This record gives sequence, C-alpha cells and structure tokens, in this order.
Amino acid sequence: MEGYVFPNELHVIWGLTIVVYPYITGLVAGAFIVSSLYHVFNVTALKPVARFSLLTALAFLLICALPLLLHLGRPERSYEMFLTPNPTSAMAGFGYIWAMYTILVLLENWLSFRKDIIEKERHSKGLKRLFFRILSLGSDTTEESLEADHRVINVLAAVGIPMACILHGYVGFLFGGVKANPWWSTPLMPLIFLMSAIVSGIALLILLYVITCGIRKVEIDAECIQSLVGWLIGFLIIDFTLEALEILSMYYEWEESWEVISHLLAHKLKLSFFYIQFGLGTLLPLAGLTLAKATGDNLKWKVGLATGSSICVLVGVLFMRFNVVIGGQLFSKSLKGFIHFDLPMFGREGIMILTCVMTLPLILLTVFCWIVPPWPEEPRAETVAMPFERAEPL
Amino acid sequence: MEREFTRRELGKELAKAVLQVGTPPALVLAVGPRIFPQVKERIEKLLPFLKGHEEPAHHLPPPLQEYEAAKHRYGFGVNTQVCIGCGRCVRACKLENHVPLEGFAYRTWVERYFVTEERRVYADSPTGGLESFPAKEEMPELKGASIKRSFFVPKLCNQCDNSPCTQVCPVGATFKTVDGIVLVDRSRCVGCGYCIQTCPYAARFKHPALHVADKCTWCYHRITRRLRPACVEACPRHARIFGDLSDPQSDIRNFLRQEDIYVLKEEMGTYPRCFYTGYRLGVT
Repeated sequence: MEGYVFPNELHVIWGLTIVVYPYITGLVAGAFIVSSLYHVFNVTALKPVARFSLLTALAFLLICALPLLLHLGRPERSYEMFLTPNPTSAMAGFGYIWAMYTILVLLENWLSFRKDIIEKERHSKGLKRLFFRILSLGSDTTEESLEADHRVINVLAAVGIPMACILHGYVGFLFGGVKANPWWSTPLMPLIFLMSAIVSGIALLILLYVITCGIRKVEIDAECIQSLVGWLIGFLIIDFTLEALEILSMYYEWEESWEVISHLLAHKLKLSFFYIQFGLGTLLPLAGLTLAKATGDNLKWKVGLATGSSICVLVGVLFMRFNVVIGGQLFSKSLKGFIHFDLPMFGREGIMILTCVMTLPLILLTVFCWIVPPWPEEPRAETVAMPFERAEPL
Repeated sequence: MEREFTRRELGKELAKAVLQVGTPPALVLAVGPRIFPQVKERIEKLLPFLKGHEEPAHHLPPPLQEYEAAKHRYGFGVNTQVCIGCGRCVRACKLENHVPLEGFAYRTWVERYFVTEERRVYADSPTGGLESFPAKEEMPELKGASIKRSFFVPKLCNQCDNSPCTQVCPVGATFKTVDGIVLVDRSRCVGCGYCIQTCPYAARFKHPALHVADKCTWCYHRITRRLRPACVEACPRHARIFGDLSDPQSDIRNFLRQEDIYVLKEEMGTYPRCFYTGYRLGVT
C-alpha cells in the first residue's frame, strides 16, 4: 500500500477470474465474427475455417460462464440472475444475453453439421448410430431441407453479428459504466473490448488452424491465411487506435484523476501495459502481420510470421484484460493511494485453476472436432476416378 | 375443448418437471437425516448458512408496531471540527452490527487529514481508526512539512438518494427502503462485488465470512425503534448527528440550519444524505 487507501479497499475484489472471463467471451465473439465473415459477407477465402470457427465459438461459449461462477461469493444463488433480474443493472443482462447467444450458436452449429451427422449415422452401427441419431434429432436430409438449412444459417450468422457485439460490448459496458472508477469510466470501453475481442478471436483461429493442419498433415491454405491476416491487421489497427485514443484524451484533458492514472501507468502497469499490451501485443504483431501479408509465395514464412504474431496478439489481449480489470483496482477511490496485488497461484481465483479453465474449451473443441470434423471435404479417391467416368466415348 | 386439453397436458408436463427437479434434493433432505445422523448434523449446521446470516441478537425493545416508514426520511450529519479521532464509533459499530474485526471490513471508519501550507494533503486511517492513530512524528511523509491544519473525518454510508449500488445489483439484493436506507438482503446477494466497485465512497465490502456484500445501515434495526445509531450514541463529542429530515425540530435539521455543509464527491451525482461540516480541502 502506498499513500492513502480507504480501509475497505485494501484488497482486490475482482481477481483473475474476472480477467479470464472477458478474455474467453472475447474469443467467442471474435471466432463467431470470422464465421460470419464467410457466411454473411461472402469472404470465400475463409471457407477452410468457416465451420471450425463456429465450433470454436461454441466450445468457448460453453465455458465462459465458469470463471464467473468461480468468482461469485455465493455461486449457488447465481440462478437468481435469471429469476429476479434487476432491470437497472447492466450485469443482470448477462444471463439472458449469454443464454440467447448460446442457443443461436448451438442452432447454427447444428444446422451446419446436420448433414455430416446424418451421414455418420448412416455409416455407423449400434451405440454409435444411436448417438448420432440423437444428435441429428431424428431429422433427415433432402435437397430442399439442405437448401433451407443454408438459408437459416445465413440468417443466424447475420443475426449473430449484432449479438456477438452485444455479448462483448456489454462486458465493456460493465466496466465503462462504473462512474466511481476513472480508469474504467469511458464510453470507449465497450468499443475497445469489442475490437480487442475480434482481434483475439481471429488470432486464435490462425493459431488453431495452423496447429490443426499440422495434426491432420494437410497443407495450409495460403489464401485462407492471407485473408485472416488481412482482417487481423485491420481490426488490430482499429483496436490500437481506440486504446491509444483513450490514454491520449485522458492525458490531454488532465483531470483530477490523471495524477493517479499516470502513476498507475508509469509504475504499477509499466510492464504489463506499455511493454506487453502495446509493445509485444500490438506493435510487434502489427509489424509481423504486415510482413506476413507482404510475403508473396513463401508459405513457410507467411505461416510462421502469422502464427508468431497471433501468439503475441493473444498474449497482448490477455494482458489488456488484466490491465483493465486489475489495473482499475490498484488505486484507491480516494485518488490518494495504491494497492499492491500479488498474483495468486492457488485457490479458487488462482493461476492453477484458471489455467485449467482456459484449457477446458480447447479440450471441448478437440472432442467436437473428433465427433464432427469441421473441415471442408477433401478430394476423395472416387473423385480421382471421375475423369474416366466423364470421359466421352470415343 | 382443445384448449382444456392443452391446459391439462401443460399442467401434467409442469408437474412432471417439478417432480423431476425437486425429487432428488427432497429425498436427500427427507431420508438422509434418518439414515445417517451425520447428515442431519451437517444439514442443521448448513441451514442458517443457506438461509443467509441471521440477524444479530440485540437486547432491544420489541419493534414498534406503529412505525410507518413512509413518514420518515433520515439524514446524517458529521462535524469534522469536533471529532477527536478516538474511534469509539468504529468500535461501537463493530460490536452492534457484528462486523468482523479481521479483514477489510468497516461499516464506518475515521480518517485523519493533514493539510500543509502548500495545500498538500496527507490522509491515513490505519485499522479504520479503531486502534487510534500513529503520532505525527512517526509518519515519514510528513517530515519537514509545515502543517496548516489537521482534522478527523468520520465516514459511513451516505445512503445516496441516487445510489449507484442499488442501480447495479444484478439480482436486486441491495435495495432502498421507503424511509431511504440502502440495505443488503443477505439471503439473496450472490456476492458478485459489482456494488462494491461502483460505490464512489468505498463504503461497501465483502463480508469475510458470509461472502456477500455488506454495508452501513445507519443501524436500521435501531432507528426503526426510535433509537439513534450506535456510532452516534458512542460519540463523546457530538461529531455525529442523526435525525429525521421530515421533522423540523430534529437534530439533523438544526445541524443543517446552523452549519455550512457540504457532501462528499458531489460531482458523482449521487445526492448523499450524509452532510459534512468543517474544513474540506482534500477530503474525498
């Protein structure tokens, strides 16, 4: 403790769980936006990751409420948010937004994998068949039904964009709406959260796509990587601009709170804000991605640069969440003092548990990919034989 | 006819759902204690915890039957010119309201301010003023500073008219009574901590044992029995003034009439009902 801190403020109320929670929701929103880029905006280059990104969004979405539950003082009462929500509370919306979005993502996933599930059902026996039968909900595929699926998917993908924005913009609003805290209270907060969410989602997809290609021993689609890198650069620039703008305007306006915030940035968050969030997480990957985009035919370099930059971006966004959530609680509301924060290793909000929480979506995703491989169909042996079939009679 | 059928079917489905969801816990609660005595003990121990913390036992007269909340509107005054920082109010509050002595839990606390000639402000409040304050000479930051003024500022919940805490509570566990006091329903609070973050005065804390939000209630159990809050009773200097704003003859109305008053962090737009008088430079 330095200076004067109110006696009730001597410890950090929102710990690392609240750092991880917006991080995971951000990855969901980002991954969903990528799939929507393909479905709604017809970015056909993203086809190799279109369905994979949907599955990724689902896997992370199913876990994103877990850190919140870990954080609550009385998690057994969390259902109260559904039963008796307080209409004036920004937080009360979470349950509804999360539930609606989960339904939407589940539905879109189901529709886009329905054909595969039914195919699997046809080619399997016994329990496995029953399992896929349950997954397909007993539905069948016809030309018309597939056509209808496609139309509904497009609608869902379109509706999903504003919902993804709400899901994550709302998280930003939770912080942006706290007038008692000058580090949080800015109308830019929802936008900053949203942009960093999209950035982290795209970076995650690049990383996972490269890894899964390695596991499947399939050649990486250069066009897909090129497109993802392009989108990542674009959103990263917007994200960086907004974040820099926030600090710049705080500095320029030099309000009463600037004294405490400048000390926060210059000392308490020096490493995590300037070096990691801005340096390692934004500027370095921006350079790396630009290089990757400019690299012509050398796929190895392109993929290497894109992957490295994506890892940097993912680390940077995690630290951005840390800087916002923990940083905002490191100074007293008296604006006269600072609190010390030790990273907890064990316990409900410790690093150990949170590492497990962060791994869970990846395990889920692996299981999902194992049940219904989301990859576009590879040319099969039969198709090689096609020319003979199509060969015109001499 | 058709509607009748639908209703009947819907009723059946609902009953089924209730049975399915309710049966296992009901079975555990009904059968468990009979078979395993340990389970019974455990459940008995757990019940008050599940219901929320019980109200502390007070040796108070029975609640007033004729108390009408709508006829009252309370206000609090703090005179920093007379406070001597003895911390009796903090102790009285902790005893009266069973506030844990350990941890960062203060429903009320006392701050000490030093203002130098160059308008520099130093403040401190070790253990909330409960165990007095260190001597000025022991404070390295004050070495060589020429102190113009020093004074004590008791703090407590401002019971804001536009309270941010009741606005943000996701489950409505914190609410405002008709007579204007913000309370926390311990049996409903989920312990998310949003109200603690949003209170500009840091008047809220997470109860270390119950994991729910906790705060000053101006001793609601006392004032609704026409008694004064414990801290007001304990103050030897009349630095704390309490009364009904709707009664022109009350102590608080006299205080408002006679003193030059200000409220804390007015720019937050919370409209506090805790009024301060005395030197105000640097008081946040």
